[in-house]
Amino acid sequence: MNNLMIAPVVLPLFAGAIMLALGGEQRRNISAALNIITSFALVAISIILLRAAAVAPTGVAGGYRRGDWPAPFAIVLVVDRLATLMLLLTSLLAAAAAVFSLARWHRVGVLFHPLFQFMLMGINGAFLTGDLFNLFVFIEVLLAASYGLALHGSGSARVKAGLHYIAVNLVASLLFLIGVSLIYGVTGTLNMADLATRIPAIGAQDRGLLEAGAGILGIAFLVKAGMWPLCFWLPGTYAAAPPPVAAIFAVLTKVGAYIIIRLSLLLFGDGTGASAQFGDQLLLMGGMATVAFGAIGSLASQDMARLASFSVLVSSGTILATIGLGQVGVTGAALFYLISSTLGLGAFFLLIELVERDREPGADVLAVTRELYGDEDDSENLQETGIAIPATIGILGVAFISCALVISGMPPLSGFVAKFAILTTALGSPANELPLAVWIFLFLSIMSGLAALIAMTRAGIRSFWASPDRTIPRVRLIEMAPVAVLLLLCAIQTVEAGPVMRFMQATAQSLHAPHHYVRGVLDSPVRPDDSRGPT
Amino acid sequence: MEIVLAIGIGVLAGSGGWLLLRPRTFQVIIGLSLLSYAVNLFIVAMGRLKIDAAPILGSHAAEDITGLPDPLPQALVLTAIVISFATTALFLVVLIASRGLTGTDHVDGREP
Repeated sequence: MNNLMIAPVVLPLFAGAIMLALGGEQRRNISAALNIITSFALVAISIILLRAAAVAPTGVAGGYRRGDWPAPFAIVLVVDRLATLMLLLTSLLAAAAAVFSLARWHRVGVLFHPLFQFMLMGINGAFLTGDLFNLFVFIEVLLAASYGLALHGSGSARVKAGLHYIAVNLVASLLFLIGVSLIYGVTGTLNMADLATRIPAIGAQDRGLLEAGAGILGIAFLVKAGMWPLCFWLPGTYAAAPPPVAAIFAVLTKVGAYIIIRLSLLLFGDGTGASAQFGDQLLLMGGMATVAFGAIGSLASQDMARLASFSVLVSSGTILATIGLGQVGVTGAALFYLISSTLGLGAFFLLIELVERDREPGADVLAVTRELYGDEDDSENLQETGIAIPATIGILGVAFISCALVISGMPPLSGFVAKFAILTTALGSPANELPLAVWIFLFLSIMSGLAALIAMTRAGIRSFWASPDRTIPRVRLIEMAPVAVLLLLCAIQTVEAGPVMRFMQATAQSLHAPHHYVRGVLDSPVRPDDSRGPT
Repeated sequence: MEIVLAIGIGVLAGSGGWLLLRPRTFQVIIGLSLLSYAVNLFIVAMGRLKIDAAPILGSHAAEDITGLPDPLPQALVLTAIVISFATTALFLVVLIASRGLTGTDHVDGREP
């Protein structure tokens, strides 16, 4: 069990390294097989870790001390409910995207599989780590891999969007470093749990500096989470990225949101002295602005990929605003929403490519790159004669409607349960006097659902009720299956809404009571008979 | 000492920020490099400045660690230098690819 905690980081690292060592492109089939095996192994590991965290009474299954140094000095990995939940979400989407990429997308450029694994390593590490600077390193790993994946397949649209994406993220990383070093300069520690114990004791003369550091750090994460007005880079990049990559990118914004949830509740939750609720108002306002921007953007977008990108913004805006509300019940509902919307968006990004196939300019890019990598002719022919599933349009249509239901929050799928839970918990008991900001949030939340419904209905009519001479896309089973599985997971989340919601509420409760996390990290036992450990 | 370092960081960050907002990709990459120098110096400064102190613990000086500079920011800055060097190199490749594909060095891929 103990060594399993580091497996989500080490396994993709080794898988990626082996793929590179085997010669990368010459043995793409081996790389593909390794990628699939590792992705599914990560799903299994995440489930085991999730179960361990779920049965742990405090919500923290344990800390993994690298080198077995005691906690504030060593860099720790912390396995708690929120981290394992995000791990499971990532590995599910990754497995779906990996299977999807086998049909054609892994052939349009080089080194798809190793980069994919390195990105998973970065994402998993960012979820697990309990140290601010280590978080920086893992985020750089995932960003470096994501730069490569965003440019996968090349083409001028991707390079143009990638240029903006890289520049914005490099600046965000520099802000991250400034924030981390300010916090270190004030508190003298980078361990998150240790920070949580030291922040209440910070004197008034240093508090301004601490809050400046936390604010700058927050900006860096809000750029990744895509809060308005820091999100201008997102729609272009996500729309230009190859579909399996875009599906994983749906999780990348949630990495930013995860860190905001983690740090704002751990460092500035209730009972942390003078800085309690630091930044909550800003998160609420910014989140609401993001929801409004995303909703208007999705109404205005012409093609489906941009529509999906703006839906990503609506999703992260809703999550940021609910964190800003700072109530246990709302946080639990927001986590439910996070899982549901990310699965829905991942499925939607994969589906768009199937629906728009043979019609979009992306197909031309694909053709060009196929010429560049001309050695693939035989496998391309093989693909054309592969089994195409019948009644393609019907199945695609059903999947599209399911995505629309999940993303816009209409019954009967999980999007509705999530939105309903957020609205009821935000309203609270009828006797409560609600502040104006909450009313605006409720209004925006409902209106964004309406906007998503209108935009998706319009896009659906355009592509499914078009003139009968429309070319029917050739879709293979391994492309349709990941979409179906992701939507099935949304359906399971709806059917099992009771247990899932209880888990989310337990997670929210342990997040709002950070002393469990702090004790879980700092008090994790050092083996007494271990002579290698420090004295 | 402090004022010299502060002015140095300020000048680097200011010119880096200005260059970052320029329309040519080469200016952007130089701006990013200058900004990362400023950030690296800033990290060192956050470990408090010390002059004439041994950088690492000697064998006989174990009893007095207060006279030594903080080693952690040095480790952090080393990591930050490596990472920013690697990402800048990667950005350079994308920059050249963009120049080759679009025929212009404007950040938007076309002349305004």
